[in-house]
Amino acid sequence: MLLKELTELNGVSGNEDEVRAYIKTRALEYADEIKVDPLGNLIVFKKGSSPEYKVMLSAHMDEVGFIVTGHGEDGTVKFKPVGGIDERILLGKKVVVGQKRIPGVIGCKPVHLQTNEEKSNNVKLKSMYIDVGAESKKDVEKLAPLGEVIAFQSKYTEMGEECIKAKALDDRVGCAVLMEMLKGTYSFDLYACFTVQEEVGLRGAEVAAYGVNADIAIVVEGTTCSDVPGVEKYEYSTELGGGAALTIMDRTSYADKKLVDYIYNLAKQHNIAIQFKQTTTGGNDAGKIQLSRSGIKVASISVPCRYIHSPVSVMSKNDFGSVRDIVQCVLNEFSKDQKIIHNIKFGGDVNV
Amino acid sequence: MDCISLIKQLSTYPAISGNEKNLSQFIKQLFQEYCDTVEVDQFYNVKGIMRGENSNAKKVMITAHMDEIGFLVKSIDERGFIKFANIGGIDSRILLAQEVVIHGKKDIIGVIGAKPPHLLTVEEVKKAVSKDELSIDTGMKAEEVKKYISVGDIITLMSEPVALNEYRLSSKSLDNKAGVVALLGIMKELSVLKHQSDIYFVATTQEETELTGAITTAYKIQPDIAIVVDVCHGDMPEAPKDEIYTLGKGPSVGVGPILHSKLSKKIIDIAKEQGIPYQIDVEPGDTGTEAWATQVSRNGIPTALISIPLRYMHTAVETIDIRDINNTARLIARFVAIKEEELEGVLCF
Repeated sequence: MLLKELTELNGVSGNEDEVRAYIKTRALEYADEIKVDPLGNLIVFKKGSSPEYKVMLSAHMDEVGFIVTGHGEDGTVKFKPVGGIDERILLGKKVVVGQKRIPGVIGCKPVHLQTNEEKSNNVKLKSMYIDVGAESKKDVEKLAPLGEVIAFQSKYTEMGEECIKAKALDDRVGCAVLMEMLKGTYSFDLYACFTVQEEVGLRGAEVAAYGVNADIAIVVEGTTCSDVPGVEKYEYSTELGGGAALTIMDRTSYADKKLVDYIYNLAKQHNIAIQFKQTTTGGNDAGKIQLSRSGIKVASISVPCRYIHSPVSVMSKNDFGSVRDIVQCVLNEFSKDQKIIHNIKFGGDVNV
Repeated sequence: MDCISLIKQLSTYPAISGNEKNLSQFIKQLFQEYCDTVEVDQFYNVKGIMRGENSNAKKVMITAHMDEIGFLVKSIDERGFIKFANIGGIDSRILLAQEVVIHGKKDIIGVIGAKPPHLLTVEEVKKAVSKDELSIDTGMKAEEVKKYISVGDIITLMSEPVALNEYRLSSKSLDNKAGVVALLGIMKELSVLKHQSDIYFVATTQEETELTGAITTAYKIQPDIAIVVDVCHGDMPEAPKDEIYTLGKGPSVGVGPILHSKLSKKIIDIAKEQGIPYQIDVEPGDTGTEAWATQVSRNGIPTALISIPLRYMHTAVETIDIRDINNTARLIARFVAIKEEELEGVLCF
């Protein structure tokens, strides 16, 4: 299973090697050219049959994790997050260190030994540590050297008929959709960009977009889903099972209105479940792609993921299917009539 | 003894307090390899006897509880989210993003969700999450959840045992599966050592709630001596130094008012004699273990406590050093193998 394999690979930002190698091997048969740029973005080019325009699809390969920043005399590992992680979820979780996947656990003082004051407050990341079973500083320096990256340990698991649980759904779901899209044939030139370092500031997409110099771009993502108990309905960013989530605006980008409307209407016409992401928090590669060179029109289509950036993200397979279907549908329409790309890019009328 | 595979096997039987039936059947089989008789009582305590050489032998009872902490399903809401009650003492803060297994009509995997960070108030970021705010997400709709899960079903932490470096092992419920493994270790040692006394091994139930298994077992067996095998807090950063014991430095032998002082001393002497590493666990009152209940059964039972150091107690990543389990087994086996005359000397005031 593609998503199982993709999510069980480790690719903490800056260390996307496993994911890149996996995708590269599988993209070969569909690609006309495969390039890895100086930052490590994997750019898979598929030549169009009568290309007038270039379409960029983008999904990031990296995931949030940690990095080893020090060692205690007692053999513990000190660490800092790579990307945005809610510190509250870390106590008592399993991790793996480095490419050798040395197992470790995030330790915590047992409830029996805590004062009332300690019990009522959250533990700060700076006082947390990882236990890899080392008994001394010398020991741990060998097992988990400085700068080694640390990933969550979590298996891909099916939940009921509809859902799955995994780490790194953000954004292996996007990678999986892009890999699917490579199987199609299109009239325009397609650049499927598997980017690096999204979680630490959208670094990869910035240079990938420059290199591709596309006419239009679509980012495929995993996004927040806050339809959980304790959250008011009006605060839901997206709803699990509500379909593909279309971003209007977030912290990093303002999606092109014409493109967003086009995608929304197309989904409606084809009975593909679609919803708008209803919060403006977060951000993704679209922010950098939009500002590349003299500007590129961009939209983000995402799979809603509950408990995103945690080892136990949950998504609906139906939503994943909706994202795949709408992206495919958009590409097919672009392929049938490249004028649509032209009109979105230059501000003409687009109708479904 | 391959601790890891034993612990893996023991971990496949969910056994939160009061629900030890399946685990007790499995432990019965394990005990049968070494014991002369094994029986499971109405509370699912598993009792195995290794008969000694003496005809009118003394009864030495060694207990380790088999139950684990966990949860019960309290309610299922209209969207399928599950609220739960704790069985045993559990820190809510370790539960965010924790995987669990709900043992309904079939085993269902769930995750304990957290409200996303961007929706938290400044106060919420600082303050520990309360259990009432937590719910389990199975990814299933309410109708599907209700097909498999009912109020009262048990829930366990999900965590497969993992070896850390050379000697360490991390898993859920090592409190007190480590103790149960130590019991098997003692049996193995005794199978090649002569012993005069009858040794009663009991894997007890319901320790994490009210020590029920220990209370009923001690009454029923009426031993001359009892040794409780449990876990104590391992060394870890920021924990009070006088309440933690170093992993890999041997079992800790309890000393304190409720523990029989001559018994504890004898065990320490044997550790010294045999060159078995040990630590001293000073317990000024209630030890928080079965020793509390066992000591006052019927006319009173001289009781000792031997503990295996364990880090991160009552989490899904409890961590032990397997050398400590082996040394616990060696030490207790050497002690119970002493001559009964010598034992009498220990017991008289």
